Amino acid sequence: MTPSQNTIKNIKILGSGCTNCNRLEQATKDALSKLGIETPVEHVTDFIEIARYGVMSTPALVINDRVVSYGRVLKVDDVINMIEKIKGEHNVS
Amino acid sequence: MRLIWDFIQNQLLGMKWLNDLVGKLLTLMGLDISNRWIASLHFFVYDVIKIVILLCVLIFIISYIQSFFPPERTKRILSRFRGLGANILAALLGTVTPFCSCSSIPLFIGFSSAGLPLSVTFSFLISSPMVDLGSLVLLTTIFGVKTGVLYVFLGLVIAVIGGTIIEHARMENQLEDIVLNAPSFDIDTPELNFRDRLDYAKTQMLETLKKVFPYILVGVGIGALIHNWIPQDWVAGILGGRNPFGVVLATIIGIPMYGDIFGTIPIAEALLAKGALLGTVLAFMMAVTTLSLPSLIMLRKAIKPKLLALFIGICILGIILIGYLFNLLQPYLI
Repeated sequence: MTPSQNTIKNIKILGSGCTNCNRLEQATKDALSKLGIETPVEHVTDFIEIARYGVMSTPALVINDRVVSYGRVLKVDDVINMIEKIKGEHNVS
Repeated sequence: MRLIWDFIQNQLLGMKWLNDLVGKLLTLMGLDISNRWIASLHFFVYDVIKIVILLCVLIFIISYIQSFFPPERTKRILSRFRGLGANILAALLGTVTPFCSCSSIPLFIGFSSAGLPLSVTFSFLISSPMVDLGSLVLLTTIFGVKTGVLYVFLGLVIAVIGGTIIEHARMENQLEDIVLNAPSFDIDTPELNFRDRLDYAKTQMLETLKKVFPYILVGVGIGALIHNWIPQDWVAGILGGRNPFGVVLATIIGIPMYGDIFGTIPIAEALLAKGALLGTVLAFMMAVTTLSLPSLIMLRKAIKPKLLALFIGICILGIILIGYLFNLLQPYLI
Protein backbone atom coordinates (compact mmCIF):
# COMPACT_ATOMS: atom_id res chain seq x y z
CA MET A 1 0.00 0.00 0.00
CA THR A 2 1.36 3.45 -0.90
CA PRO A 3 1.07 5.91 1.96
CA SER A 4 0.53 8.83 -0.42
CA GLN A 5 -2.94 7.58 -1.27
CA ASN A 6 -4.11 7.91 2.30
CA THR A 7 -2.34 10.94 3.73
CA ILE A 8 -3.95 13.44 1.33
CA LYS A 9 -7.57 13.19 2.46
CA ASN A 10 -9.04 16.22 0.76
CA ILE A 11 -8.05 19.11 -1.48
CA LYS A 12 -10.11 22.26 -1.92
CA ILE A 13 -9.81 25.40 -3.99
CA LEU A 14 -11.49 28.40 -2.35
CA GLY A 15 -12.57 31.09 -4.75
CA SER A 16 -15.45 32.86 -6.39
CA GLY A 17 -14.96 31.08 -9.69
CA CYS A 18 -12.72 33.78 -11.11
CA THR A 19 -10.12 33.04 -13.77
CA ASN A 20 -7.34 32.91 -11.21
CA CYS A 21 -9.28 30.33 -9.19
CA ASN A 22 -9.61 28.14 -12.27
CA ARG A 23 -5.92 28.49 -13.00
CA LEU A 24 -5.07 27.39 -9.46
CA GLU A 25 -7.45 24.44 -9.83
CA GLN A 26 -5.74 23.40 -13.06
CA ALA A 27 -2.27 23.68 -11.50
CA THR A 28 -3.43 21.59 -8.55
CA LYS A 29 -4.90 18.90 -10.79
CA ASP A 30 -1.70 18.78 -12.82
CA ALA A 31 0.34 18.45 -9.63
CA LEU A 32 -1.84 15.60 -8.36
CA SER A 33 -1.63 13.68 -11.62
CA LYS A 34 2.16 14.11 -11.64
CA LEU A 35 2.31 12.66 -8.14
CA GLY A 36 -0.14 9.89 -9.01
CA ILE A 37 -2.59 10.94 -6.28
CA GLU A 38 -6.24 10.43 -7.04
CA THR A 39 -7.82 12.65 -4.38
CA PRO A 40 -10.54 14.69 -6.13
CA VAL A 41 -10.25 18.49 -6.15
CA GLU A 42 -13.23 20.35 -4.70
CA HIS A 43 -14.00 23.92 -5.73
CA VAL A 44 -15.64 25.94 -2.93
CA THR A 45 -17.42 29.09 -4.13
CA ASP A 46 -19.69 29.83 -1.17
CA PHE A 47 -18.52 32.98 0.64
CA ILE A 48 -19.55 31.74 4.08
CA GLU A 49 -17.67 28.52 3.52
CA ILE A 50 -14.62 30.47 2.34
CA ALA A 51 -14.82 32.75 5.39
CA ARG A 52 -14.92 29.65 7.60
CA TYR A 53 -11.31 29.11 6.63
CA GLY A 54 -10.40 32.71 7.52
CA VAL A 55 -9.47 33.44 3.92
CA MET A 56 -10.03 36.94 2.55
CA SER A 57 -7.94 36.90 -0.59
CA THR A 58 -8.82 34.31 -3.16
CA PRO A 59 -7.89 31.91 -4.62
CA ALA A 60 -6.78 29.77 -1.70
CA LEU A 61 -5.60 26.18 -1.56
CA VAL A 62 -6.72 23.89 1.26
CA ILE A 63 -5.12 20.50 1.85
CA ASN A 64 -6.47 18.24 4.59
CA ASP A 65 -8.60 21.15 5.86
CA ARG A 66 -5.54 23.30 6.30
CA VAL A 67 -5.06 26.54 4.36
CA VAL A 68 -1.64 26.22 2.75
CA SER A 69 -1.79 29.23 0.41
CA TYR A 70 -4.04 32.18 -0.34
CA GLY A 71 -4.12 35.16 -2.65
CA ARG A 72 -1.73 33.53 -5.11
CA VAL A 73 -1.98 31.41 -8.21
CA LEU A 74 0.53 28.69 -7.47
CA LYS A 75 2.63 26.96 -10.08
CA VAL A 76 2.45 23.18 -10.47
CA ASP A 77 5.83 22.79 -8.75
CA ASP A 78 4.70 24.90 -5.79
CA VAL A 79 1.67 22.68 -5.30
CA ILE A 80 3.82 19.54 -5.55
CA ASN A 81 6.14 20.92 -2.85
CA MET A 82 3.21 21.66 -0.56
CA ILE A 83 1.71 18.22 -0.99
CA GLU A 84 5.10 16.58 -0.42
CA LYS A 85 5.55 18.63 2.76
CA ILE A 86 2.19 17.57 4.17
CA LYS A 87 2.84 13.96 3.24
CA GLY A 88 6.22 14.21 4.98
CA GLU A 89 4.62 15.48 8.19
CA HIS A 90 2.20 12.55 8.15
CA ASN A 91 4.95 9.98 7.67
CA VAL A 92 6.86 11.31 10.69
CA SER A 93 3.89 11.24 13.03
CA MET B 1 19.43 69.77 -5.65
CA ARG B 2 16.80 71.60 -7.67
CA LEU B 3 18.54 70.38 -10.84
CA ILE B 4 18.54 66.76 -9.72
CA TRP B 5 14.88 66.92 -8.81
CA ASP B 6 13.96 68.51 -12.14
CA PHE B 7 15.84 65.74 -13.90
CA ILE B 8 13.95 63.05 -11.95
CA GLN B 9 10.61 64.72 -12.57
CA ASN B 10 11.03 65.56 -16.25
CA GLN B 11 13.27 62.87 -17.66
CA LEU B 12 13.00 59.85 -15.36
CA LEU B 13 9.33 60.09 -14.39
CA GLY B 14 7.95 62.38 -17.09
CA MET B 15 10.06 60.70 -19.79
CA LYS B 16 10.64 63.81 -21.89
CA TRP B 17 13.37 61.84 -23.72
CA LEU B 18 10.74 59.38 -24.91
CA ASN B 19 8.63 62.25 -26.20
CA ASP B 20 11.62 63.59 -28.15
CA LEU B 21 12.51 60.10 -29.40
CA VAL B 22 9.00 59.38 -30.72
CA GLY B 23 8.97 62.83 -32.34
CA LYS B 24 12.30 62.17 -34.08
CA LEU B 25 11.17 58.75 -35.28
CA LEU B 26 8.00 60.23 -36.76
CA THR B 27 10.02 62.96 -38.47
CA LEU B 28 12.44 60.33 -39.83
CA MET B 29 9.45 58.53 -41.30
CA GLY B 30 8.79 61.67 -43.27
CA LEU B 31 5.85 62.82 -41.16
CA ASP B 32 5.29 66.43 -40.23
CA ILE B 33 4.72 66.62 -36.50
CA SER B 34 3.19 70.07 -36.70
CA ASN B 35 0.26 68.50 -38.54
CA ARG B 36 -2.64 67.95 -36.13
CA TRP B 37 -3.13 64.29 -37.02
CA ILE B 38 0.53 63.51 -36.66
CA ALA B 39 0.66 65.46 -33.40
CA SER B 40 -2.20 63.33 -32.08
CA LEU B 41 -0.35 60.19 -33.16
CA HIS B 42 2.83 61.50 -31.53
CA PHE B 43 1.02 62.09 -28.23
CA PHE B 44 -0.73 58.70 -28.42
CA VAL B 45 2.42 56.64 -29.07
CA TYR B 46 4.47 58.52 -26.49
CA ASP B 47 1.80 58.38 -23.79
CA VAL B 48 0.95 54.69 -24.24
CA ILE B 49 4.61 53.69 -24.01
CA LYS B 50 5.20 56.00 -21.04
CA ILE B 51 2.23 54.72 -19.07
CA VAL B 52 3.00 51.07 -19.82
CA ILE B 53 6.58 51.55 -18.57
CA LEU B 54 5.39 53.39 -15.46
CA LEU B 55 2.73 50.75 -14.81
CA CYS B 56 5.14 47.84 -15.08
CA VAL B 57 7.78 49.39 -12.82
CA LEU B 58 5.25 50.70 -10.30
CA ILE B 59 3.05 47.62 -10.06
CA PHE B 60 6.12 45.41 -9.69
CA ILE B 61 7.51 47.43 -6.79
CA ILE B 62 4.11 47.93 -5.18
CA SER B 63 3.17 44.26 -5.44
CA TYR B 64 6.45 43.31 -3.82
CA ILE B 65 5.61 45.56 -0.87
CA GLN B 66 2.00 44.34 -0.84
CA SER B 67 3.11 40.73 -0.53
CA PHE B 68 4.00 41.61 3.07
CA PHE B 69 0.47 42.81 3.82
CA PRO B 70 -2.17 40.27 2.75
CA PRO B 71 -5.62 41.22 4.11
CA GLU B 72 -5.47 38.29 6.51
CA ARG B 73 -2.45 39.88 8.17
CA THR B 74 -3.90 43.40 8.01
CA LYS B 75 -6.93 42.08 9.86
CA ARG B 76 -4.79 40.65 12.64
CA ILE B 77 -2.78 43.87 12.99
CA LEU B 78 -5.94 46.01 13.07
CA SER B 79 -7.67 43.90 15.69
CA ARG B 80 -5.00 44.94 18.20
CA PHE B 81 -5.92 48.64 17.98
CA ARG B 82 -8.90 50.67 19.18
CA GLY B 83 -10.37 54.11 18.56
CA LEU B 84 -9.02 56.73 16.21
CA GLY B 85 -5.63 55.02 16.07
CA ALA B 86 -7.28 51.98 14.52
CA ASN B 87 -8.94 54.18 11.88
CA ILE B 88 -5.70 55.89 10.96
CA LEU B 89 -3.91 52.56 10.77
CA ALA B 90 -6.71 51.09 8.65
CA ALA B 91 -6.46 54.00 6.23
CA LEU B 92 -2.68 53.55 6.04
CA LEU B 93 -2.86 49.78 5.58
CA GLY B 94 -5.50 50.37 2.90
CA THR B 95 -2.74 51.89 0.79
CA VAL B 96 -0.50 48.80 0.91
CA THR B 97 -2.95 45.90 1.18
CA PRO B 98 -3.79 44.34 -2.18
CA PHE B 99 -7.52 44.62 -2.65
CA CYS B 100 -9.87 44.26 -5.58
CA SER B 101 -13.60 44.74 -5.50
CA CYS B 102 -14.08 41.05 -6.33
CA SER B 103 -12.90 40.15 -2.83
CA SER B 104 -14.85 42.85 -0.98
CA ILE B 105 -17.33 40.34 0.43
CA PRO B 106 -14.79 37.92 1.93
CA LEU B 107 -12.94 40.97 3.23
CA PHE B 108 -16.03 42.41 4.82
CA ILE B 109 -16.89 39.08 6.39
CA GLY B 110 -13.34 38.62 7.62
CA PHE B 111 -13.04 42.09 9.15
CA SER B 112 -16.48 42.09 10.77
CA SER B 113 -16.33 38.57 12.15
CA ALA B 114 -12.97 39.38 13.71
CA GLY B 115 -14.77 42.04 15.75
CA LEU B 116 -13.33 45.03 13.93
CA PRO B 117 -15.72 48.00 14.26
CA LEU B 118 -17.47 49.23 11.11
CA SER B 119 -15.52 52.49 11.27
CA VAL B 120 -12.24 50.66 10.80
CA THR B 121 -13.55 48.50 7.97
CA PHE B 122 -14.81 51.56 6.14
CA SER B 123 -11.66 53.59 6.70
CA PHE B 124 -9.95 50.70 4.94
CA LEU B 125 -12.57 50.47 2.18
CA ILE B 126 -12.37 54.18 1.39
CA SER B 127 -8.60 54.48 1.41
CA SER B 128 -7.91 51.24 -0.44
CA PRO B 129 -9.08 52.22 -3.94
CA MET B 130 -8.52 55.96 -3.53
CA VAL B 131 -4.94 56.16 -2.36
CA ASP B 132 -2.03 53.89 -2.96
CA LEU B 133 1.65 54.14 -3.69
CA GLY B 134 0.85 54.09 -7.39
CA SER B 135 -1.25 57.23 -7.22
CA LEU B 136 1.47 59.00 -5.23
CA VAL B 137 4.13 58.32 -7.85
CA LEU B 138 1.85 58.88 -10.85
CA LEU B 139 0.54 62.21 -9.57
CA THR B 140 4.09 63.28 -8.76
CA THR B 141 5.19 62.56 -12.32
CA ILE B 142 2.42 64.67 -13.81
CA PHE B 143 1.58 67.38 -11.30
CA GLY B 144 4.66 67.54 -9.11
CA VAL B 145 5.57 66.18 -5.71
CA LYS B 146 3.56 68.69 -3.65
CA THR B 147 0.33 67.69 -5.35
CA GLY B 148 1.14 63.97 -5.05
CA VAL B 149 1.85 64.13 -1.32
CA LEU B 150 -1.12 66.38 -0.56
CA TYR B 151 -3.44 64.09 -2.55
CA VAL B 152 -2.40 61.04 -0.55
CA PHE B 153 -2.64 62.93 2.73
CA LEU B 154 -6.14 64.26 2.00
CA GLY B 155 -7.27 60.83 0.78
CA LEU B 156 -6.20 59.37 4.12
CA VAL B 157 -8.01 62.18 5.97
CA ILE B 158 -11.26 61.38 4.12
CA ALA B 159 -10.85 57.70 4.94
CA VAL B 160 -10.38 58.39 8.66
CA ILE B 161 -13.20 60.94 8.90
CA GLY B 162 -15.51 58.80 6.76
CA GLY B 163 -14.97 55.79 8.98
CA THR B 164 -15.60 57.89 12.08
CA ILE B 165 -18.86 59.28 10.69
CA ILE B 166 -20.07 55.76 9.90
CA GLU B 167 -19.20 54.72 13.46
CA HIS B 168 -21.35 57.51 14.89
CA ALA B 169 -24.23 56.81 12.52
CA ARG B 170 -24.79 53.50 14.36
CA MET B 171 -25.17 51.35 11.29
CA GLU B 172 -24.41 47.98 12.87
CA ASN B 173 -27.88 46.76 11.89
CA GLN B 174 -27.09 47.52 8.27
CA LEU B 175 -25.01 44.43 7.65
CA GLU B 176 -26.45 41.61 5.57
CA ASP B 177 -26.97 38.23 7.21
CA ILE B 178 -24.21 36.78 5.10
CA VAL B 179 -21.75 38.88 7.12
CA LEU B 180 -23.37 38.40 10.54
CA ASN B 181 -23.58 34.63 10.35
CA ALA B 182 -19.99 34.09 9.40
CA PRO B 183 -17.68 32.49 11.94
CA SER B 184 -14.26 33.95 12.63
CA PHE B 185 -10.99 32.18 12.03
CA ASP B 186 -7.43 33.33 12.03
CA ILE B 187 -5.00 31.66 9.72
CA ASP B 188 -1.26 31.72 9.50
CA THR B 189 0.41 33.79 6.89
CA PRO B 190 2.21 31.31 4.68
CA GLU B 191 5.88 32.11 4.70
CA LEU B 192 7.08 33.55 1.44
CA ASN B 193 10.71 33.77 0.52
CA PHE B 194 12.35 36.38 -1.69
CA ARG B 195 11.75 34.35 -4.84
CA ASP B 196 8.05 33.83 -4.00
CA ARG B 197 7.60 37.56 -3.56
CA LEU B 198 9.34 38.33 -6.85
CA ASP B 199 7.12 35.72 -8.51
CA TYR B 200 4.05 37.30 -6.95
CA ALA B 201 5.13 40.77 -8.06
CA LYS B 202 5.77 39.54 -11.61
CA THR B 203 2.40 37.80 -11.85
CA GLN B 204 0.60 40.87 -10.49
CA MET B 205 2.42 43.12 -12.93
CA LEU B 206 1.52 41.02 -15.97
CA GLU B 207 -2.07 40.55 -14.85
CA THR B 208 -2.58 44.24 -14.13
CA LEU B 209 -1.07 45.15 -17.49
CA LYS B 210 -3.38 42.71 -19.26
CA LYS B 211 -6.41 44.00 -17.37
CA VAL B 212 -5.63 47.70 -17.60
CA PHE B 213 -4.16 47.94 -21.11
CA PRO B 214 -7.51 48.52 -22.86
CA TYR B 215 -8.27 51.32 -20.38
CA ILE B 216 -4.90 52.89 -21.10
CA LEU B 217 -5.61 52.87 -24.84
CA VAL B 218 -9.03 54.43 -24.32
CA GLY B 219 -7.67 56.92 -21.77
CA VAL B 220 -4.76 58.00 -23.96
CA GLY B 221 -7.08 58.13 -26.97
CA ILE B 222 -9.39 60.54 -25.16
CA GLY B 223 -6.34 62.43 -23.90
CA ALA B 224 -4.98 62.80 -27.46
CA LEU B 225 -8.38 63.97 -28.62
CA ILE B 226 -8.56 66.64 -25.91
CA HIS B 227 -4.92 67.57 -26.49
CA ASN B 228 -5.21 68.35 -30.16
CA TRP B 229 -8.84 68.73 -31.11
CA ILE B 230 -10.94 70.19 -28.31
CA PRO B 231 -10.75 74.00 -28.20
CA GLN B 232 -9.11 75.40 -25.08
CA ASP B 233 -12.11 77.67 -24.51
CA TRP B 234 -14.47 74.73 -24.08
CA VAL B 235 -12.38 72.97 -21.46
CA ALA B 236 -11.47 76.16 -19.62
CA GLY B 237 -15.09 77.28 -19.73
CA ILE B 238 -16.57 74.08 -18.33
CA LEU B 239 -13.80 72.80 -16.05
CA GLY B 240 -11.78 75.95 -15.50
CA GLY B 241 -12.04 78.91 -13.14
CA ARG B 242 -15.09 80.37 -14.80
CA ASN B 243 -17.41 77.54 -13.79
CA PRO B 244 -17.90 77.34 -10.00
CA PHE B 245 -19.56 73.93 -10.38
CA GLY B 246 -16.73 72.35 -12.36
CA VAL B 247 -15.69 70.13 -9.46
CA VAL B 248 -19.22 68.85 -8.88
CA LEU B 249 -19.65 68.20 -12.59
CA ALA B 250 -16.34 66.34 -12.86
CA THR B 251 -17.21 64.18 -9.84
CA ILE B 252 -20.65 63.26 -11.15
CA ILE B 253 -19.26 62.35 -14.58
CA GLY B 254 -16.49 60.29 -13.00
CA ILE B 255 -18.52 58.16 -10.59
CA PRO B 256 -20.23 55.73 -13.01
CA MET B 257 -17.03 55.32 -14.97
CA TYR B 258 -15.04 52.24 -14.18
CA GLY B 259 -11.41 52.84 -14.69
CA ASP B 260 -7.96 52.61 -13.34
CA ILE B 261 -5.69 55.44 -12.30
CA PHE B 262 -3.39 54.51 -15.19
CA GLY B 263 -6.23 55.06 -17.64
CA THR B 264 -7.42 58.35 -16.12
CA ILE B 265 -4.00 59.99 -15.88
CA PRO B 266 -3.70 60.85 -19.61
CA ILE B 267 -7.18 62.40 -19.57
CA ALA B 268 -6.35 64.40 -16.45
CA GLU B 269 -3.07 65.57 -17.94
CA ALA B 270 -4.69 66.72 -21.18
CA LEU B 271 -7.53 68.51 -19.38
CA LEU B 272 -5.08 70.36 -17.15
CA ALA B 273 -3.04 71.44 -20.17
CA LYS B 274 -6.20 72.84 -21.72
CA GLY B 275 -7.00 75.05 -18.78
CA ALA B 276 -9.04 72.86 -16.45
CA LEU B 277 -8.38 73.52 -12.79
CA LEU B 278 -6.20 71.08 -10.84
CA GLY B 279 -8.81 70.27 -8.20
CA THR B 280 -11.45 69.66 -10.83
CA VAL B 281 -9.19 67.21 -12.64
CA LEU B 282 -8.23 65.42 -9.42
CA ALA B 283 -11.90 65.16 -8.39
CA PHE B 284 -12.59 63.44 -11.69
CA MET B 285 -9.75 60.97 -11.11
CA MET B 286 -10.81 60.23 -7.55
CA ALA B 287 -14.42 59.70 -8.61
CA VAL B 288 -13.43 57.25 -11.34
CA THR B 289 -11.09 55.18 -9.16
CA THR B 290 -12.97 55.23 -5.83
CA LEU B 291 -16.58 54.61 -6.79
CA SER B 292 -17.67 52.40 -9.63
CA LEU B 293 -20.79 50.42 -10.39
CA PRO B 294 -19.17 46.95 -10.24
CA SER B 295 -17.65 47.56 -6.81
CA LEU B 296 -20.88 49.06 -5.45
CA ILE B 297 -22.88 46.05 -6.67
CA MET B 298 -20.41 43.77 -4.88
CA LEU B 299 -20.58 45.83 -1.71
CA ARG B 300 -24.37 45.76 -1.77
CA LYS B 301 -24.20 42.00 -1.13
CA ALA B 302 -22.55 42.63 2.23
CA ILE B 303 -24.28 45.81 3.41
CA LYS B 304 -27.82 47.16 3.30
CA PRO B 305 -28.91 50.14 1.13
CA LYS B 306 -28.82 52.71 3.94
CA LEU B 307 -25.21 52.07 4.83
CA LEU B 308 -24.28 51.82 1.15
CA ALA B 309 -25.89 55.21 0.54
CA LEU B 310 -24.01 56.74 3.47
CA PHE B 311 -20.74 55.29 2.15
CA ILE B 312 -21.37 56.71 -1.33
CA GLY B 313 -22.43 60.08 0.15
CA ILE B 314 -19.26 60.38 2.24
CA CYS B 315 -17.06 59.53 -0.73
CA ILE B 316 -18.77 62.04 -3.03
CA LEU B 317 -18.70 64.82 -0.45
CA GLY B 318 -15.06 64.11 0.36
CA ILE B 319 -14.03 64.12 -3.29
CA ILE B 320 -15.84 67.40 -3.95
CA LEU B 321 -14.28 69.06 -0.90
CA ILE B 322 -10.80 67.92 -1.90
CA GLY B 323 -11.45 69.17 -5.42
CA TYR B 324 -12.31 72.68 -4.24
CA LEU B 325 -9.39 72.71 -1.83
CA PHE B 326 -6.96 71.85 -4.64
CA ASN B 327 -8.48 74.53 -6.86
CA LEU B 328 -7.90 77.01 -4.06
CA LEU B 329 -4.31 75.87 -3.51
CA GLN B 330 -3.42 75.45 -7.19
CA PRO B 331 -1.29 78.64 -7.42
CA TYR B 332 0.93 77.28 -4.64
CA LEU B 333 1.16 73.73 -5.97
CA ILE B 334 1.99 73.89 -9.67
